[in-house]
Amino acid sequence: MIQFNNVNKWYGEYHALADITETIAKGEVVVVCGPSGSGKSTLIRTINRLEDIASGTITLDGEDIHGRGVDVNRLRSRIGFVFQQFNLFPHLTVLDNCTLAPLAIGGARPAQAHQKAMQLLDRVGLAHKANAWPSELSGGQQQRVAIARALAMEPPLMLFDEPTSALDPEMVGEVLLVMRDLVRDGMTLVVVTHEMGFARDVAHRVLFMDQGRILERAEPHEFFNHPQHPRAKQFLADIRTPFAQAA
Amino acid sequence: MLELIQTYWLYFLVGQYPDGPLGGVAVTVLLAALALMLAMPIGLLLGLARTSTVAALRRPVSALVYLVRGIPLLLVVFWTYFFLPTVTGVKTGQFTTMLIALVVFDGVYLAEIVRAGIQSVPRGQYEAARALGLDHRRAMARVILPQALRSMLPSLVNQFVSTIKATSLGYIIGLTETSFIATQINSQVFTKPAQVYLLLSLTYFVLCFGLSRFAFMLERRLARRDLPRVARSPGSPTASTAPTA
Repeated sequence: MIQFNNVNKWYGEYHALADITETIAKGEVVVVCGPSGSGKSTLIRTINRLEDIASGTITLDGEDIHGRGVDVNRLRSRIGFVFQQFNLFPHLTVLDNCTLAPLAIGGARPAQAHQKAMQLLDRVGLAHKANAWPSELSGGQQQRVAIARALAMEPPLMLFDEPTSALDPEMVGEVLLVMRDLVRDGMTLVVVTHEMGFARDVAHRVLFMDQGRILERAEPHEFFNHPQHPRAKQFLADIRTPFAQAA
Repeated sequence: MLELIQTYWLYFLVGQYPDGPLGGVAVTVLLAALALMLAMPIGLLLGLARTSTVAALRRPVSALVYLVRGIPLLLVVFWTYFFLPTVTGVKTGQFTTMLIALVVFDGVYLAEIVRAGIQSVPRGQYEAARALGLDHRRAMARVILPQALRSMLPSLVNQFVSTIKATSLGYIIGLTETSFIATQINSQVFTKPAQVYLLLSLTYFVLCFGLSRFAFMLERRLARRDLPRVARSPGSPTASTAPTA
């Protein structure tokens, strides 16, 4: 479904993405992890062109995402994107957040968009909050609305950029549950996350990145139990025993 | 003072109208209202150009903004009054002259307010709109500008208030606005300058204060209708605005 071919990106001198070549299949759930600054957020932001690339190609179902003359808006409407900071529109109600894209660009009729949004809100367990303002919701609820909003254009692919990193610990579970639901429906997911539990239980594959490179690709079981690359071993040791470095 | 008001109130409010040109408070209010109505769309367009990523749009507009901001309104009025007719070949009336000067001046200041308003909306809002597939125009119209307007409101009121006061500069090109009329009254009465100019000051004060209060009410109503500004305070656990890692 997504194909990275020799992708490179620089921020000034800094090599943010280095020779990335990778294929993500339809229906696959891929978790991208790695230390901060490893390029994992940059990587998924290149998939819907929130970030440019310097060289190489990224294709979605054969279409060159960064090619000239690509209708980037049509492309983006087929890719759901969920941000770390939710980025709900604070001047719109929860429902209006979810109907904005279908009404503004999808050409949906109001009644139809409304019904679809209510279905999605029901799916994330927040139909009763349809008329609330985003500011009246908890972080976990806001992120679930953000997921419903991203689903409104019925994208076949969803990207998550650290969806639970800005949440209080007790709200992480509700968001991960919604994401697991999507996986059960056979949707393709690329998730940047530090939630190793989610990676272990839900992901089909884990990509480990450091310094702009994908250093390891493995099934979750393999990755967690037998990491191959020294950096991956170190990373797993660091997140399992945070005090080890100090000792 | 009462006698002063009784004799001159109509002259003060509308000038010699209907026997002569409209003047007084009516001209001040009309001029300010027209100037703002015409300057708003211009300010919006200039402000959008100022935040554009297209340098060919941004640079000339920025230059214009810096130029007009760098000279007093008085000189803009003089330029319009003395210079414009030599270009167009048509002698512009005092009202139109003042209106043009105010629209240019306000347009530029409003552009800066619009720019600041747009830039006060967190980057993530624009990204979220674009990520949904909205193009630049729709992202601005549906997501960024509605939020920007809210933070622009206090500055807008400031600008409106200063526009009302700026109409008094019409005096120097002989426009029969309130200050001009007051001076006329003063030279007719001759013995009561303090009272005349006190009344003039009061008139401006009532206009400006009224507008400020109205805007304050409006702001409160907007704030009540939706609470998002609370959520936008930094450090709040529900903050939807912190920069993405």
